Amino acid sequence: MPWLSTLMAVPVLGAVGVSLVKSDKLAKQLALAISLVVLVLTGVLAAQFNPTSGTRFQFAEVYDWIPRFGVHYGVGVDGIALVLIALSVVLVPIVILASWHDADGTGANAPPKRSVKTYFALLLVLEAMMIGVFASTDVFLFYVFFEAMLIPMYFMIGSYGGAQRSYAAVKFLLYSLFGGLLMLVAVIALYVIAEKGTFMFPELIGAIQDPTTQKWLFAGFFIAFAVKAPLWPFHTWLPDAAAQAPAGAAVLLVGVLDKVGTYGMLRFCLELFPDASKFFTPLVIVLSVVGIIYGAIVAIGQTDIKRLIAYTSISHFGFIAMGVFAMTANAGAGATLYMVNHGFSTGSLFLIAGFLIYRRGSSQIADYGGVQKVAPVLAGTFLIAGLSSLSLPGLSSFVSEFMVLIGTYEIHPVPAIIATTGVILAAVYVLWMYQRMMTGPTAESVKLFPDLDIREKWVVAPLIAVIIAVGFFPKPLLDVINPAVDKTLSTVQVDQFTPAVADKKGAGQ
Amino acid sequence: MNGTTIQAPTIEYALLSPMLLVFGAAIIGVLVEAFAPRYLRKSIHVPLTLLALVGAFVTTILTALNGLPTVAAAMGAVAVDGPSLFIWGVILILAFICTLLINDDDQFVAQAAAVPGSVDEEEAVRHGYAQTEVYPLMLFSVGGMLLFAASNDLLVMFVALEVMSLPLYLLCGLARRRRLLSQEASVKYFLLGAFSSAFFLYGMALVYGYAGSVDLKTISTAISSVSGQEPLLLIGTAMLGVGLLFKIGAAPFQAWKPDVYQGAPTAVTALMASTVLVAAFGAVLRVFWVALGGYEWNWQPLMWGVAILTMIVGAILAITQTDIKRMLAYSSIAHGGFLLTGVIAIGTIKQDQQALSAILFYLAAYGFTTVGAFAVVTMVRDAGGEAGHLSRWAGLGKRSPVLAGIFAFFLLAFAGIPLTSGFFAKYAVFAAAISGGALPLVIVGAVSSAIAAFFYVRVIVLMFFSEPAADGPTIAAPTVGTSAVVALAAAATVVLGVFPQPVLDLADQAASALFIR
Repeated sequence: MPWLSTLMAVPVLGAVGVSLVKSDKLAKQLALAISLVVLVLTGVLAAQFNPTSGTRFQFAEVYDWIPRFGVHYGVGVDGIALVLIALSVVLVPIVILASWHDADGTGANAPPKRSVKTYFALLLVLEAMMIGVFASTDVFLFYVFFEAMLIPMYFMIGSYGGAQRSYAAVKFLLYSLFGGLLMLVAVIALYVIAEKGTFMFPELIGAIQDPTTQKWLFAGFFIAFAVKAPLWPFHTWLPDAAAQAPAGAAVLLVGVLDKVGTYGMLRFCLELFPDASKFFTPLVIVLSVVGIIYGAIVAIGQTDIKRLIAYTSISHFGFIAMGVFAMTANAGAGATLYMVNHGFSTGSLFLIAGFLIYRRGSSQIADYGGVQKVAPVLAGTFLIAGLSSLSLPGLSSFVSEFMVLIGTYEIHPVPAIIATTGVILAAVYVLWMYQRMMTGPTAESVKLFPDLDIREKWVVAPLIAVIIAVGFFPKPLLDVINPAVDKTLSTVQVDQFTPAVADKKGAGQ
Repeated sequence: MNGTTIQAPTIEYALLSPMLLVFGAAIIGVLVEAFAPRYLRKSIHVPLTLLALVGAFVTTILTALNGLPTVAAAMGAVAVDGPSLFIWGVILILAFICTLLINDDDQFVAQAAAVPGSVDEEEAVRHGYAQTEVYPLMLFSVGGMLLFAASNDLLVMFVALEVMSLPLYLLCGLARRRRLLSQEASVKYFLLGAFSSAFFLYGMALVYGYAGSVDLKTISTAISSVSGQEPLLLIGTAMLGVGLLFKIGAAPFQAWKPDVYQGAPTAVTALMASTVLVAAFGAVLRVFWVALGGYEWNWQPLMWGVAILTMIVGAILAITQTDIKRMLAYSSIAHGGFLLTGVIAIGTIKQDQQALSAILFYLAAYGFTTVGAFAVVTMVRDAGGEAGHLSRWAGLGKRSPVLAGIFAFFLLAFAGIPLTSGFFAKYAVFAAAISGGALPLVIVGAVSSAIAAFFYVRVIVLMFFSEPAADGPTIAAPTVGTSAVVALAAAATVVLGVFPQPVLDLADQAASALFIR
C-alpha cells in the first residue's frame, strides 16, 4: 500500500471537500475528522516502521515525474523523517481544534470575519505539504514542497493574522523565497555537477567530491535552511510572522515549518556535502551560540507574548543547529528529538497564549496580571508548557537539550559551556513572563476571564501529556531516531575520520 | 544571353503553408473590409481569422509529423526546422487565444481617424462603427512573426520584422478609452521601432560587407574563413543585436515597453507580450546561434551584460510601478532577461540542444501565463474603462475570489513558485545556463527573481489582504471568449507546472536537430 502517498492524498482531498461544503461548522468538523484520519494512518504506519531494518528509507515509493530533468516522485521515511511527520500530524488536529473560532471574527478585537472554509482548507493543504517535505527522498521534490508550502502559510498569515498581517506575511514570504531561490541555484548546480542524471537523494550522496564545489553548494543550501530555521542573523522575519499569524498558524509555522530548515541541514547539508559541513562547522556553531544567547536575551526584553515565544524559538533553534553540526551521535539524536519536543512545547505555549489573547484582545504582557486566580487551569498548563520550554528535568525538552549539550561538549567544549547559559536565561524569560501575567493582583481586565472550556482542554491535554511522557520516557522516540542519526553520521564521517574506510573505498574504485 | 534560362526558384509550398494560410486570410480580410457591408464585417472576420489560425496550426503539425526537413526552404530563405515549427505552433495557439480576446467588444476605437473628443468621434460611436481592420492587421502581424522566427536570411528577416511590426504600431493606437495615451503609445512604438529597424538594417549591411552575403549559413562559414575585416563584423553584430534586443525589450532598449503596453488596447498588449516575444527570441537565436555561432566569444560578454542589466532593471523598476499593465511590462522585461541567460548558454551540441529546448519551453509557458494575466486585466473595469491603477485592485479577492485567485496564480507563476509552469521554465533555462558555465548569471537571475517576487506578491497582498475601496472597480461579466482565454491560460499554467514532461519532450524533439543551416 502506498502509505505515504495516502497520507498526503487524504488531506488534499479533504481540503477540496472542506472548501466545497456549505456550512462553516460542517467544514470545521470535516477538517478535524480528516486530520484525525491522517493521524490514525500515521499511527498505523509508525507501528509498521522497523527502525533497525537494513533499508534506510522505508515505505519507499519512487515514480518518474519529469524524466527530462531526472526528477522523481520519490518518498520514503527513516527515523528522523518519521518523528517529524508524526509531530506534524499530531499538531494539525490540535491546531484545528484550537483555531475553531480564529476565522469567525468573534472574540475581543479579533480580525474581521474571513472565509472559515478557506482557512481550514489551507491548513489541510499545508498538512499534506508538511508530510511531503519530510518524506521526500528526491532532492527536487523536497525543494518543490519546501517552496510550495510557503503559499498556504502566506495566505494564513496574510488573511487571518493580526493588525500588521500583510507586512508580516510579505516579509515571511520574501525572506523564504530569497533563501529558496539561492537553494534552487544550488539544486540545479548539484544536478549538473553530479552528472548522475537523477535527483534521488541516496544516489547523490558522495556525488560531489571537489571541496570547493562542495562549499559553494553547501552555502546555497545552508542559507536557505538558515533563513527557514531561522538562525541568527537570518531570523528577523520570524518574530513578525509569528506575532501576526493566528495562534494556530504560528504553531505550525514555528513548530513544523521552521523544522524543515534544521531537518534540511541534518539531511541534505551534512550528507551531500560532508567535507564542506566539516569546514563550516566552526562558523555554524558560532552562529548557533550567538543565536542561543541573543534569542534568549531579546526574549527577556519583549513586551508581546507571541514575539517573546518567537524569540525563545530562535534561541532553541540555535541549540538544534548546534546539535546537528556537532556531528556526534548524542548531539544529532538530541537535535532531532529537540525538533519534536520544541514543536510540542512551543506549540502549547503559542496555543495557550492564543487563548489568552482571544479572551483579552491584547497580546501585551502588561495587559495581564493575576490570571492564575481566575483561570487556574489555563495558568497551570501555561506554566507546564513554559517549564518544558526552559528544559525543566522531567519535561520533554530537558532530555533533548541535555543530549545536545553533552554531545556538543564531546567535541566542542567551549561553545557547549557558553550555550549552557541559554538554559539560565530561559528560566528568566519564562518565569518572568509567568510572574507578570499569571501572578500578582488580578488586573481589572482579567477579572472576568473564563477558565479553559472543554474544547480548549482537549487542545491542551494531549500536548501536556506528550510533554510529560517524553520527558520521563523518551526511549521509544530515541529508538526510532538513533539508528537514523547513526546512519547519517556514518555517511558524513566516511571520508573524514576513518581513513581505513576511505582507503577501502579508494581501493574499490 | 546565348539561351541561358533563368532557373525559376523552387518554393516548397507545403512547408510554407502555415504562413501562406495566414497571409492569405489577411488579404481576404482586406478585401472583406473593402467590399463587405459594415454590419457583416465582424461576423466574417472572426471565423475567417480563427479558421486561418487553426488551419495554419494543423499544417504546422502535419509538417512536423512528416519529419523535419534538413535543408532550408524557398532557396534557403526560410528555415522550416524543429525550433521553427515549435515556435510556429506556440505563436499560432497564442494568436488564436488572443483573437478570442480581441473579439471582445468595447476594446477598440469606433473610428481611429476621428480626433479624440471631437464631434466625429461621437458620431462614430453613435453609429456603432467598429474598426474591424484589427483582424486582418493581426493576421499580417502573426504572419510576420512566423516568418521572423523562421527566416534564414537577414534580408528576409528584416522584411518579416517590418511585416510583424507595422500592423502592431497601428493596433497600439486603437484603444477605445484613453485614446490619447493609446495614440502616444503608438507613435512612440513606431518611432523607436523604426529607429531600431534602421539599426538592424545598417548592421545587416555591415555584416554583408564582411561576409559578402546575407545568408545566415554563409555568414557563419565566413566567420571561420574570412579575416582582416573584423571591425565590420563587430559593429555589424552589435547593430543587429540592437535591432533584435529592442524587439525583446532587453535593457537598455526596454524603455518603450511600459509605455506601449500601458497605452495599447489590452488585447493587443497580450498579443505583443506573448507572441512577439516568442517570435523575437526565435530570430535572436537564429542570428546569434546560426550566423554568429562561431563568434560567440565576441558577443557573449556583451550579452552577459545585457542579460544581467535586463533582469535587474526589469525587477527593480517594476517595484515602483503603480499601474498593473506597466508592472506586467516590466515583468516581461525581467522575463526577457531570464530567457537571455539561456541564449548565452551556447556550447557543445548537447549543451545547445538543452539550452534551446529550455528556451522553447520557457516561451510556451510564459506566453500562456501572460495572455491569461492580461485577459484578467481586461475584466477589471470601472467607469473609465479598465481599472489600471493598482490601488483600484485593493480587495478584489473579496469581490471576486475566483478571478482574483486565478490572477494570483498567474502572478505566482511569473514569480516561479513550484507547481506552476513558471517554475519549470525558469528551472530549465537556469539549468541550461549553469551547465553552460554561466553560474554567476544564474545567481543574478535568482536574486532578481526574489526581487521580482516582491511586486507580484504586493499585488496579491492588495487583492486579498486589503479592504476593498468603496467605489472599487467591478468585474465585467466575462464574455465566453474572455472566460475561455482565462480558463485555457490557467489550465496551461497548471498542467505545465505539474506535468511538464510531454511539452518538455516536444521541446526536446524540436531542439534535437538544432537549427538547419
